[in-house]
Amino acid sequence: MSNYYLDHLQYLETESIHIMREVAAEFERPALLFSGGKDSICLLRLAEKAFRPSELPMPLLNIDTGHHFPELNSFRDARAAELGAKLIVRTVEAALAKGVAVQSPGQVSRNHLQIPVLLAAIEEFRFDCCIGGARRDEEKARAKERFFSFRDGFGQWDPKNQRPEIWNLYNARINPGENMRVFPLSNWTEKDVWEYIGREKLAVPSIYFSHRRRVVRRHGQWLPVSELAPPKPGERVEDLVVRVRTIGDVISTGCVESPANSVADIISEIAVARVTERGSRADDKVSEAAMEDRKKAGYF
Amino acid sequence: MTRSADLLRFNTCGSVDDGKSTLIGRLLYDSKSLMEDQIEALERSADITGAGQINLANLTDGLRAEREQGITIDVAYRYFATPRREFIIADTPGHVQYTRNMVTGASSSNLSVILVDARLGVIEQSRRHACIASLLRIPHLVVAVNKMDLVDWSEERFLEIRAQFEQFLPRLDMKDVAFIPVSALNGDNVVDPSPNAPWYGGPTLLGHLESVHIGSDWNLSEFRLPVQWVNRPNNPKHAGLHDFRGLSGQIAGGIVRRGQDIMALPSGFTSKVREIWTLDGSLREAFAPQSITLVLEHDIDVSRGDMLVDPAALPGAGGDLHARICWLHPRPLQAGRKYFLKHTTQTVQAVVTAIEHRINVATLDAEPGAPELAMNDIGEIRVRTSKPIVYDGYASNRLTGSFILIEQGTNATVGAGMLHPPAETAQPEYRDFVI
Repeated sequence: MSNYYLDHLQYLETESIHIMREVAAEFERPALLFSGGKDSICLLRLAEKAFRPSELPMPLLNIDTGHHFPELNSFRDARAAELGAKLIVRTVEAALAKGVAVQSPGQVSRNHLQIPVLLAAIEEFRFDCCIGGARRDEEKARAKERFFSFRDGFGQWDPKNQRPEIWNLYNARINPGENMRVFPLSNWTEKDVWEYIGREKLAVPSIYFSHRRRVVRRHGQWLPVSELAPPKPGERVEDLVVRVRTIGDVISTGCVESPANSVADIISEIAVARVTERGSRADDKVSEAAMEDRKKAGYF
Repeated sequence: MTRSADLLRFNTCGSVDDGKSTLIGRLLYDSKSLMEDQIEALERSADITGAGQINLANLTDGLRAEREQGITIDVAYRYFATPRREFIIADTPGHVQYTRNMVTGASSSNLSVILVDARLGVIEQSRRHACIASLLRIPHLVVAVNKMDLVDWSEERFLEIRAQFEQFLPRLDMKDVAFIPVSALNGDNVVDPSPNAPWYGGPTLLGHLESVHIGSDWNLSEFRLPVQWVNRPNNPKHAGLHDFRGLSGQIAGGIVRRGQDIMALPSGFTSKVREIWTLDGSLREAFAPQSITLVLEHDIDVSRGDMLVDPAALPGAGGDLHARICWLHPRPLQAGRKYFLKHTTQTVQAVVTAIEHRINVATLDAEPGAPELAMNDIGEIRVRTSKPIVYDGYASNRLTGSFILIEQGTNATVGAGMLHPPAETAQPEYRDFVI
């Protein structure tokens, strides 16, 4: 075999770096959405690969629901500081206080409230482009997403009216008030993300690894018990060795029983996993089109 | 760095009811790439809409609008892996907008799978798919003859279809074509070999996808680096970074080595490669499609949209372009209209000066006298750009030989162009300039 070939991770990496640089070159005020989750950890490394030795030419942006795992937020802050990147955090809490976002009666989850807060942050900083860590393998509606996903003046996604993406030519042109969401990890799978974290020796928040946690069984999942999500009457709290596969908020993120305490363990666990990572997100189980509906409303 | 499996990108094309979604579902299902919750979701929808039968097509038809109408709106991407390779599938629908969608899904493919219904044989739609694959210069083609169970696994029928297709092959200029008899519904020859076709000695579809040689699908002979972003840390605190000036981009062709001569086009300024900078350290050489940052010996004037090339293998240049174009938008292309043209990393103004003819996508014959190109049409056009661009013919380099047209005002991507080989090689603007 010739020396001039890339393995799948190297191929995905060069594709993503190319997209990052297109964003830096074509937009005036881009931002990179960084939550501290595994996908955005990869995004940040790709940004370093694309732009070093320069500083990252865009700030990091996080929408904090106030229901985040504390481990995640401390990791987020530490990583941003380590890279010397500017981190902007906008909270659902403040948006509720200001009336930018309004909670539906009886609704506990703040997942959907991220939408108005994100749109308000885009307006506040006049961001013309947000880079996100979404992957097409996560969910069926994501499978049809473009790298450069055009959003109209209301932040909406129109699946029937997407720009064709041909070769590596991305049309980044927008009119004032419009916005682009760019997903450099579109072609990555959950396995690729962990293999890349392993290859690049990237640190991740501790909750991805095996730990003891108090959980209850609900809708076929282990949900963490916390002040925000106390056990319901009749539910038995168990103390199990678990980890999280995907991080939403503390209310809807299911845990999986797992002894995996290294990246290598996680990779072997995924290789034999029998459910997808979104299978542990209660927010996607609402209806078959849950993600499609949220994206049309301006979700990430 | 340890290397793992490589990546094959392929697209599937078929007419409505050829069983394309079923074939993809089968590939994922039999290669154990489906998860329990996905199978559970399939079963849930089977109870509601499928009269109890699991419909593998529901795996790929992701949007509610599609499930309700039973069609696939757009290109959907699917991912799976075997120990030998990782795969990206671009699933492109076969209904009315097939040309636009197939061009979108197939432009970066290594391979196209064309489904042929064994009962119907090679129909016009199959020829269209093969022609589009040939126009896009997809290096490998697989003709999957599906629904073999409905023709009693007749070897005679398979050979007949193969002959129909081969008759048509010479005009396609496709070097690598494989024929595989399958039943996507029952899983024969998709992942597991079929006991029903003892007369077929070839690989299964997955076996073929795992072993087809893709190492030479990239152009590795003529060095091309479209400059994407000028990397200037401008860091007054760090002596080494104060003067750092890197030219970042993804190599579109060839190999670059430390110390080699390079020329920047269109200016014609020459220099040598001082360093191939990456976050993982300096490289001795780099090749397509790696993303790198070049530091040159001389501080020559280079910016986004310029191209660094090997002076011993110059590309072409010009502002009068001859190209094939696939039209992607409901508003038809008419001669005289102005667009933005994005080629590699630069966007210029362009006017379509002439539509020479439309290409019959089922025969590749020219149809002269077309006043306009409608959505899904492919034709030959002449374009004049506001300033010359530096390019190669699409046949020798898919990345430096392609462009898109963008409608001014709406910013819609309306056309996908493939350039004919340039008539003239690049003439440096500053031919006598010596540093």
